[in-house]
Order: sequence, then structure tokens, then C-alpha cells
Amino acid sequence: MIGGLFIYNHKGEVLISRVYRDDIGRNAVDAFRVNVIHARQQVRSPVNNIARTSFFHVKRSNIWLAAVTKQNVNAAMVFEFLYKMCDVMTAYFGKISEENIKNNFVLIYELLDEILDFGYPQNSETGALKTFITQQGIKSQHHTKEEQSQITSQVTGQIGWRREGIKYRRNELFLDVLESVNLLMSPQGQVLSAHVSGRVVMKSYLSGMPECKFGMNDKIVIDKQGKGGTTTDEAGKSSGKQAIAIDDCTFHQCVRLSKFDTERSISFIPPDGEYELMRYRTTKDIILPFRVIPLVREVGRTKLEVKVVIKSNFKPSLLAQKIEVRIPTPLNTSGVQVICMKGKAKYKASENAIVWKIKRMAGMKESQISAEIELLPTNDKKKWARPPISMNFEVPFAPSGLKVRYLKVFEPKLNYSDHDVIKWVRYIGRSGIYETRC
Amino acid sequence: MTDSKYFTTTKKGEIFELKAELNSDKKEKKKEAVKKVIASMTVGKDVSALFPDVVNCMQTDNLELKKLVYLYLMNYAKSQPDMAIMAVNTFVKDCEDPNPLIRALAVRTMGCIRVDKITEYLCEPLRKCLKDEDPYVRKTAAVCVAKLHDINAQLVEDQGFLDTLKDLISDSNPMVVANAVAALSEIAESHPNSNLLDLNPQSINKLLTALNECTEWGQIFILDCLANYTPRDDRESQSICERVTPRLSHANSAVVLSAVKVLMKFMEMLPKDLDYYGTLLKKLAPPLVTLLSAEPELQYVALRNINLIVQKRPEILKHEMKVFFVKYNDPIYVKLEKLDIMIRLASQANIAQVLAELKEYATEVDVDFVRKAVRAIGRCAIKVEQSAERCVSTLLDLIQTKVNYVVQEAIVVIKDIFRKYPNKYESVIATLCENLDSLDEPEARAAMIWIVGEYAERIDNADELLESFLEGFHDESTQVQLQLLTAIVKLFLKKPTETQELVQQVLSLATQDSDNPDLRDRGYIYWRLLSTDPVAAKEVVLAEKPLISEETDLIEPTLLEELICCIGTLASVYHKPPSAFVEGSRGVQHRRLPARTGSGESSESPDVGQSAGVVADAPPAVIPTQGDLLGDLLNLDLAPPTSSGPTVPPSMQMGAMDLLGGGLDSLLAGDIAGSPAMATGLASAPVGLPASLSAPVSSGLDDLFDLGGGVSMPTGAYVVPKTIWLPAMKAKGLEISGTFARRGGVLHMELSLTNKAMSVMSDFAVQFNRNSFGLAPAGPLQVVAPLNPNQTTELGLPLSTVGPVMKMEPLNNLQVAVKNNIDVFYFSCQYPISILFVEDGKMERQVFLATWKDIPNDSEAQYTIKDCHLNSDAASARLQSSNIFTIAKRTVEGQDMLYQSIKLTNGIWVLVELRVQTGNPTYMLSVKCRAAEVSQLVHQCYEMVLKN
Repeated sequence: MIGGLFIYNHKGEVLISRVYRDDIGRNAVDAFRVNVIHARQQVRSPVNNIARTSFFHVKRSNIWLAAVTKQNVNAAMVFEFLYKMCDVMTAYFGKISEENIKNNFVLIYELLDEILDFGYPQNSETGALKTFITQQGIKSQHHTKEEQSQITSQVTGQIGWRREGIKYRRNELFLDVLESVNLLMSPQGQVLSAHVSGRVVMKSYLSGMPECKFGMNDKIVIDKQGKGGTTTDEAGKSSGKQAIAIDDCTFHQCVRLSKFDTERSISFIPPDGEYELMRYRTTKDIILPFRVIPLVREVGRTKLEVKVVIKSNFKPSLLAQKIEVRIPTPLNTSGVQVICMKGKAKYKASENAIVWKIKRMAGMKESQISAEIELLPTNDKKKWARPPISMNFEVPFAPSGLKVRYLKVFEPKLNYSDHDVIKWVRYIGRSGIYETRC
Repeated sequence: MTDSKYFTTTKKGEIFELKAELNSDKKEKKKEAVKKVIASMTVGKDVSALFPDVVNCMQTDNLELKKLVYLYLMNYAKSQPDMAIMAVNTFVKDCEDPNPLIRALAVRTMGCIRVDKITEYLCEPLRKCLKDEDPYVRKTAAVCVAKLHDINAQLVEDQGFLDTLKDLISDSNPMVVANAVAALSEIAESHPNSNLLDLNPQSINKLLTALNECTEWGQIFILDCLANYTPRDDRESQSICERVTPRLSHANSAVVLSAVKVLMKFMEMLPKDLDYYGTLLKKLAPPLVTLLSAEPELQYVALRNINLIVQKRPEILKHEMKVFFVKYNDPIYVKLEKLDIMIRLASQANIAQVLAELKEYATEVDVDFVRKAVRAIGRCAIKVEQSAERCVSTLLDLIQTKVNYVVQEAIVVIKDIFRKYPNKYESVIATLCENLDSLDEPEARAAMIWIVGEYAERIDNADELLESFLEGFHDESTQVQLQLLTAIVKLFLKKPTETQELVQQVLSLATQDSDNPDLRDRGYIYWRLLSTDPVAAKEVVLAEKPLISEETDLIEPTLLEELICCIGTLASVYHKPPSAFVEGSRGVQHRRLPARTGSGESSESPDVGQSAGVVADAPPAVIPTQGDLLGDLLNLDLAPPTSSGPTVPPSMQMGAMDLLGGGLDSLLAGDIAGSPAMATGLASAPVGLPASLSAPVSSGLDDLFDLGGGVSMPTGAYVVPKTIWLPAMKAKGLEISGTFARRGGVLHMELSLTNKAMSVMSDFAVQFNRNSFGLAPAGPLQVVAPLNPNQTTELGLPLSTVGPVMKMEPLNNLQVAVKNNIDVFYFSCQYPISILFVEDGKMERQVFLATWKDIPNDSEAQYTIKDCHLNSDAASARLQSSNIFTIAKRTVEGQDMLYQSIKLTNGIWVLVELRVQTGNPTYMLSVKCRAAEVSQLVHQCYEMVLKN
């Protein structure tokens, strides 16, 4: 199991050091600093074995978090824990920075004592932690006996992510379908790989212990209903058209996985507030919101002509936002002239790229940029690697085609019904890694 | 309120000031002071001097302050054990507190204070907490048992905590169950045969129920524990798989990977024609692909595991090539791993796509990545025959880029392509030759020279090309030198007329002007071959080469099995068995996949299947992965001796290793055997083989004799009395004395282990470092029962000579590591070389004569042995009992000349002339051996045998 956990600043100074196991000594702290942090780019793996001690690290801005062990630990668990640790810290005091860590070091030690025992991760749901790790030590003394047992049963309980007795005057929930669409396209316009990784994020403000059921246009579910139900063939077909094939999905720990496995229904008691209900991935029938058509011509040894056309491919009534096209330029660029019909384009020498920004663009439109790039003569034998042209955007629909069909809420003990809950659904499609080779 | 100020104080007298503040009456001031202390502790300052003052702050109703003091205590208690006692009262009191959070805090912290005196006080509160009404306290107490076990295992057993812990597996609270499972699994690891976890269908059912209810971390503990279970039959295996598969949809990647581990392992037991088997295979792919959208560090862990899974069951991901395409912004460690998997998945169906990608990667920025991409193109060519042509043309394109490292890498892989498809792509040689000048890496130069030599007849100016390399012959690396030597000899055999001068030049460079024995030997072999029988030379040097295999870097099957059982863990990231990087006894169990058992045919009782089944399931002729990864002393990967139950299986496995090792040895000998003297060694090598084979089989019996007879000497060979090798002072009370003997053709290390410590010692294991003659234990260290204080046990450890070889200084030095439940200890000892003299060391007279002449006089060593009063016959008889054989005796002018031969276990011959003058107590000894270093040791051995 995890033998120790250290947090360093970018210089390698220790901000937090907590040792859980006797086989980890103070020298481990230094070993990581010398061999990983000070080695700069030399270390090319997130897991390193130094002097028979294994170090796992993740970096958040310029803060290093390192978990140390001498045993054959579950490596995936260690990284999941480190991410979780970051989430918990962010939930408590915001951005993970040197200043924030120093200001909250007592709190961090308290958290580390709670969520890692002898190197074994314990309940690390922020919702539960915040009920008893408050940084107001005196207050926790005045919990009543009932409150105390409520805390402990929540921390250890089956529903560790939600406490009892939550009350809202207005029962309301927000569902965000957030997708990031990833594309790698060849210069000829052939899709080399494309997938959507999506998340369903829920903000729930519901009273009591509500039982929820979430439904979407999952092909497997719809096909099953089409077959088993009373719907006619035609209806089955029409709904089949809208259904999407989900390659794989994963759920927040509140979702009953065995129920999903057998019935493919998504039922759960949600945590209070914001959390990520599910993640999913699709690869079939993706709507690619933009198509990039690059044209790069080398004119002699000192000049490049670049023309890039982007075409929007969705309903004309919808608007894409925050469009940004990044066209890489060679390292020996000396000057760039850009002409674009729409938006603004600028050559950024520090980033070796032409950045073309368009605020808004409707569907089924087309826009173009052309640039002349002048190059300094070099005797570098190696040809320019031509990094791909990348794109960023945001569209108000789900490129995977996912639709929320329902989210039903039942709370048998309190007297509010599914109809009383105010529900909001929103779809946002963003670019993930959206690249076209040129 | 900013706490960061605590990090900045560095003035003198700080400790003094803090002391005052700690003793202040004001609560706030106290708390501030403790915070400062903790901040100093964090940055590595020694604040242990404040121990009593900090501990004084412990009695407080402020929970935050209390936690800080506890933190301090955990850090410094060990260095101030006497003062730490002061804290005990508070702990005991806190364990009775009405607030469950405080009870748990106390028991959690107490377990982290590693002071013997305190642990005694811990027992009672812990016992109460294990049965506490509050689940939060119980789950904390469960982990505390593991902590206590780590400090004092005996105490935990004596106090019966293990049984209480086992009961917690049936607890109503899932988190308590999960922590109990984690604690038990950890404790069980240090007692491999204790059957602590006692997994049976009922307890498995309990675990599976808790699995659905506990936290994500708890699910990981339970799944990792499940993976150690061996179901009784395929039906049980299937039902467990069915209940585990829903975990594949968990958001936590570690839960997913642990579930994959359980499924991969239990799948082995399912019949392949079962529908469910196919369903399961299909279910595994999507979650594995999903792992690739996790954060990069997790992707890396996932990719390392997928690499294993793809080798074990390629069918799972064969259609998923695209997801392993490298993204421009992937971190380099992800890129390199993806590339590896792409090659493994490459097939005729997807090769076009793969090649297009690889070509793209070869123009990237990162040098390592580009190199690997180029190499990957070559591997594709070798793996998918239909693509070879396209690969070659891609490589040629890349050579045209003239990027130095790309060109060199391309040439190295083209050499392999030539080997795989001889006489097919030689048209590209001209292009390769154009780049001769830019090659500056040895591997690329060697590859190029190989190509020129191999195809010398088609390259008009092959002699000029090779000659150009010859100019700087001595500056080249060995790899290039060897290759150049061979290439020129090949050239000579193909075009003898024009290249005589060249070959002579290289031969003299290699033999006369070189210090490198490998190079010299190869030079001599060629020289003699060419001068005695050119036809034979042609047959040898230009012999058809065996084809190279498709996949060269596959993980060896037993290791792969073990790693599959370790999916998700560090072992699977390093691709090394846990024993290669985990110290001590933890994790030394070698894990194997279960064998398929039908539900009808299971006859074993479940617990036998658990322990003994693991050994029995292993195929008999596997090569143990022992020691090959690090091969150093620290690498203790011998299984600790099984103190109960059958001891035969491990030694049987050892036997299997010896068989293969011996075979390898003789193969190697065949390789080296160029000179005539070596050839005799080779001829007799197979005779030596049964001897080493018989060793482990008979070792069981031998041990019985050893135990009874102590130092008995069936063959009469002289055995040096035992000397102390490891004094008790240096080994925490373990004293080891010993000696070496050769009995019945088997080498033995005779050991006396004495326990001079106060506690019982157990779990003994032994390992040798590489040594000059490849000595290695041929079986486990058979300490029958735990060694009680002041008890001595005598035992004989049979040795084999097929271990890894490394020259030691002095030659007969042996570095040994002995492990027990306390620690690992190292010592070194010297063995008399006589134990290496084999029974068939009698040389033919003629051979003796020829060899004696053949060995140059400067490798003859002369010694005198004084004060020896035996006559020549008595001496001869005595020497014979130590396997020194007299071949001939001559008497000249009252002087007896004995000619004797000795053969060492590694096939080295030693020839000796012993001159004995009647009435003169001084003998003259002349030793001739090709390995001159041995002579001195042989002399010592004569002294010893003749005088005792």
C-alpha cells in the first residue's frame, strides 16, 4: 500500500509530507526531488523506481504530488487516489497552488489522516468529509450524539455520498450533457479516428433520499423496447433512427451497476449538489461539427503558402461559438501575412502558430483564411514536421446524437412527486483533440 | 488567517521560543506554536527536542490541536520511546470517548506509534474497538490490526486478533468488510501458507455481496482479494465472473482494472466453447478502450496492462487498432506505449493503416519516439509478410530524409528484414551504401557491415567499403569489430583472389593487436579454419542462418501468467514479477493462472486447491523467472520454505530448471569451444549433466542424512571444518557458520544456523550472488521448524553450478544473502576449489600430452609444498579422493613425477605435474591451465588435501 505522500513546489521544496509506513524514510523525500523534479525533462514516466522505492507522481500547475511505496501496490488505485486527493483539496480551498497549500497545511494533514489509513484509501467523498472535517475543531465537539452517529454511518455507509435529512423548498435538478468530440483527419479529408467522450453532469437540489432513474436514447434499450413492447414495427424503426450506439460507459459510484448490467437501466440515489453521473464513449455516426480543408504549398525554400477552409456541418439555425483554428508555422518563420474573410487572425511567434478566432458561426457556412509565410533560410537538414492543424469550438448540441429521454425522481417518504421537480437539460459539444493533418 | 507564514521562520533560537509558546496558558498561542512545529517538521527540520512540550498539549478538547499533536507523535515517538509512554494514558482514555470520531482517531494513531512499550497498551483498547458499536470505529480498528501485525506479528497472533478480524468479514457494514479484507490480505502475504483468508464459496459470496455496496476503494480491496481465489470448477468460476462484470462500468479505473484481473484469471477455467466465454471476451474490450480516455498517468498504467492482455489474449482487442493511434499531444510515455501495442495488434487486415501512421510518427520531434516508430516499421515487415515490400519502401523514403538517427535506425531494421526475407530486397543495398559516412552509432555500423559482408558478391566495391572501416579498427566498439571481422572473412571466402591482404590485415588486428578475448578467440578460430580447411570454413562461415522469429520481445509465458495475476499493480507496470522490486517476504509468492477443471471432475478439497494446487498446476518444464531481472543479491525471489505440507514440488521445479540450465550451459560451451582443449570440455559436458540433475532429486534424502550425521564424509574427501561466516552481531542474532563439501558428486554447503536472539526465527531463504563458477542453491533452505532462541540447526544445502556466472575477486569468493522473518543479511565466504573437481576428471594420456604441450609455458605456475611427509602413492590416493586423478607416474633419478588432471564443473581442465623426492618433505608443483587464475587456488587445494 501507499507508504507515504509528499507534496512539493516547483523547486522541489516539501510542502506536505506524510509517512504511513515504516519502510519509507525521510531520504525518500529527497530521492524524488533529486531524481525526478530536478531531472526536469529526463524522467519520462509517471511511475519511477528509485533505489528500490516506487514513486508515483502527478502534477497540478507547478505542484508535484508524489505517492511512495516499497510494495507491489495497485498502481491504478494510487493514481485514482492522487486525482481524488486533488479533487478533495480543490473542493476545500480552490486552486491547488503553493500559496493555498501552505495556507491550508493543517487542513491537508487532517484530510490525509482521514482519507488514507496505513496507506489504504478510505472514504474520500467531499460531501461526507465536509460534515466532520471543518477546520473548526471546537465545533465538532458539540455535535450531538445523533449527529455523530449520522456522520459515521454516512462515512462508512452504503450511501456514503449523501446524508439524510436534506431539505429544499424547491426541488430542482440540472442535467448537462457535455461532450468532447475528437477527430484525426488526413489531409485528404479521410477520418482516421473519431470519437466522442461525453459526460452527464448533474446538479441535484432534491429533498430526502430520492430514487432516480435516468433514460437516454441508448440503442440497446430502444431496440429491446421495440421488440418486447407493443409498438409497431414502424415506430420501432423511427425511434431506432434516433438511438445511438454507446461503445462503453462508466458510472458514478451511486449508480447500481448490477442493475445496469442486467436491465441496462440507470438507477441511483444522487449525491447532493454537483457531480458526474456518467461518462460514455461513442464512435459511430458522429456528427463532426466542422470540417477543415488545409492546403499548404511550399514555394521555394523560403516561402510557404497556406490556405485553410472551414465548413460548419450542422443545422443552420444553430450557432457555434468560440471557434479557434490553430495553424502551426515552421520554427524559422520570419514573417506572416494573413487574410481572412471572417473573424480575426494573428501570427503568434511565441507559439509558432497562426491563431484564427471567430466568435460565432451558423451551421452550413464556410469560411476561409489564407496566409503567406516567409521563412529564414536554414541549414537544418531535418524537414519541418508539419504538426496538425487543430481546432477549438463549442456547439449547442451533442455530436454523438445522445438525447436525454427522461429523469424520473421518486421519493416515497416525502410528499413530492416526479412532476413537482423542476428539471433542466442542456447539451454542449466541445472540441476535444480535433486535428487535421496537413 | 494565513498559515503559510509558518513556513518562513528560520531564525536562531527558534526552538527556545517555540518551547515557551507551547507552554503558554493561552489556547490560541499553544495551537499556533504546534502549527509552527508541524511546519518545521514538514520541511525536514529536527524538532524532536520539543517532544515533552508538544505531548503536554495532547490533553485538550480541541480536536484540531489533538490531531496535530498526534501527527507529531507519529513522527517522533520512535526516537523518544520513553517519553512517548507519557501519551499512552490519553490514548486509552480517548478510546473510551463517547464520540466515535475520537475513539477511531485514538486507535488509528496508536497503531502508527511504533514503540514496543506502547503496543502492549494498545491491545486492550483495540480489542474493544474491534467490537465497537460504531462501524466507523470498527473499520479503523480493522486496519489497526494490520498495523500492529507489522510491528509485532507474534503479539497479534497471541492476542487472537486474527480471528476477530476474520469475523469482521461477515460484518453488516460493507466498509468494515472491505478494510478487514485489506488487512487480512496484507497479513496473509507474510504467511503464504497460513490459509488466513480461508476463501471458500461462502466467504466469497459474502465478499461479492459487499462488493456491490462499499466505496470504490473497498471494491478494489475486495476484487484484489478475489483474484487470489481459485474457484473449484468452471461453474463457480462463471458465477463469480457474472457477478464481477458489472464493475467494468465503474468510473474508477482501478476498480475496472481489478475486475479485469479477476475476469482474465477466472476465464482460464472456462471451456472455450462455452457461449459465456465468448460473451465475456466481448465485454472486456470496451472498458479497456475507455481507460484510454482517462488522465495520462492512468492511461500509462492501462497501456502497460493492455500490453500484457494483448499478449495473453490477442482476440480481445484485435479490432481496436485505431484507439491506439498516437495523438500529437499525448505525453511521451503514452506515445511509446501506444506504439508497442500497435505493433502487437498489427495484422494483414490493418497493416496499411498502421504503416501510414508509423510513417507519420517518423517525422515527429521526439528522438526516442521517432526511433521507435522506425523500428516498428521494421517489425511490421517481419510480422506481416504481405507488407514487407511496402515497409521497405517506407524505410527507403525515410532514409532519403537524411535525418541522421532515422537513417541509422532504418539500417538496423533493414538488416533484420534481410534476415527474414533473404534474397528479396537486396536491390536497396546501393541506397544504403550511400549513407555509410553518416553512421556513427555502433549498432547501425555493425548492421551495415553485416549487410556488406553478407552480400559481398553483389557489391562491387565491398572490399573498399570494408577497408574503409578497418582504418579505425581499434576505435570501434566490440560489436562493430566482431562484425567487421566476420564480414571480411565472408568477403574473403566469396572473393578469395582480391581480398587476401585484407583478411590477413583484419586477422592480425583481431588476434595480435587486440586485448578483447572475444575478438581474439573469434579471430583465431577463423584463422585456423581458413588455414587448415577452407572448405570447412566456407561451410561454417557461410552456413545458412536460421530464420528470425516474428515476435522477439514477447514476455516469457510463465512470467506473463504471473503478471496477468498482477494486473493493475506495479508489477504489471514494470513488467517484472513483484519479487524483483519488493524487499523481504512480501509478494514473493509466484502466482499462476488456474488450470481448467470441469465441474464433474473436481476432487480436491477447496483448501488443498488453494495452496498445493498452485504448485501442481504449473507445467513441469517451465523456466522459473528466478533472478534474471536484476540478478543481484537483493533480489530474493526464492519462495520461503514451506514449513508444512509436501516439500517435494519446489525441489522438482528446481530440477526442471537444472535440466534446462544444464542444456543451456552445454550449448554455450559449444559456442565457445573453438580451441581443442575446450572441445574436450564440450565432449564431456553432457556427462556432467546427470550429476547436477540428480542433485535436487536426492536432496531430500541427503538432508535426512545430514541432519543425523552432521559432518559425515561418504567419499572421504577432505572437508574444511566449519568457520563462522556471519557473526551474530552483524545479523540481528543469527549466527551462521559453515563449510563446503562434495559428496556423491553433489556440491553441498553445510550450514549451522544458530539463533542468538531473543525471538523465534523462521521463513529462512538463501540466495547467492553471481559468482565465478555459477554456484547456486539447488533447492530451498530446508529449515524444518522455526528456530527457537539459543537453538542451532545443522543443514546441508545442495548446490548446482548452473547459476549465473560473474567473475569474482578472489575467484572463489561467494556472496550470500540469507533471509529470515527479521531481515536480509549478506556475507561472503570462500569455497575451496576442490569442491568443483568433477568425478570424470581423468584425462586420456594422449590428450594430456597434447594439451600440456599446447598450453603455452607462460601460463604454467610453479609452487612448492613444504613439510609434507607422504610418499607419492599415498599422496596420489589421497588426492584421488578429492577427484584429482593421477594419469601417469614417472620416476627419474629418485624423483617421482606424478601427472595429474582435474576437471572443473564448468569444463575447464587443469593439468598438474607433482614432483615428490623420497625423503624430502618439499614437493614441487607445476600447474598448467588455460585459465591461469585457477592455478593459485589449485595450489591451495593441494596444500589442504595433502596436509590434512
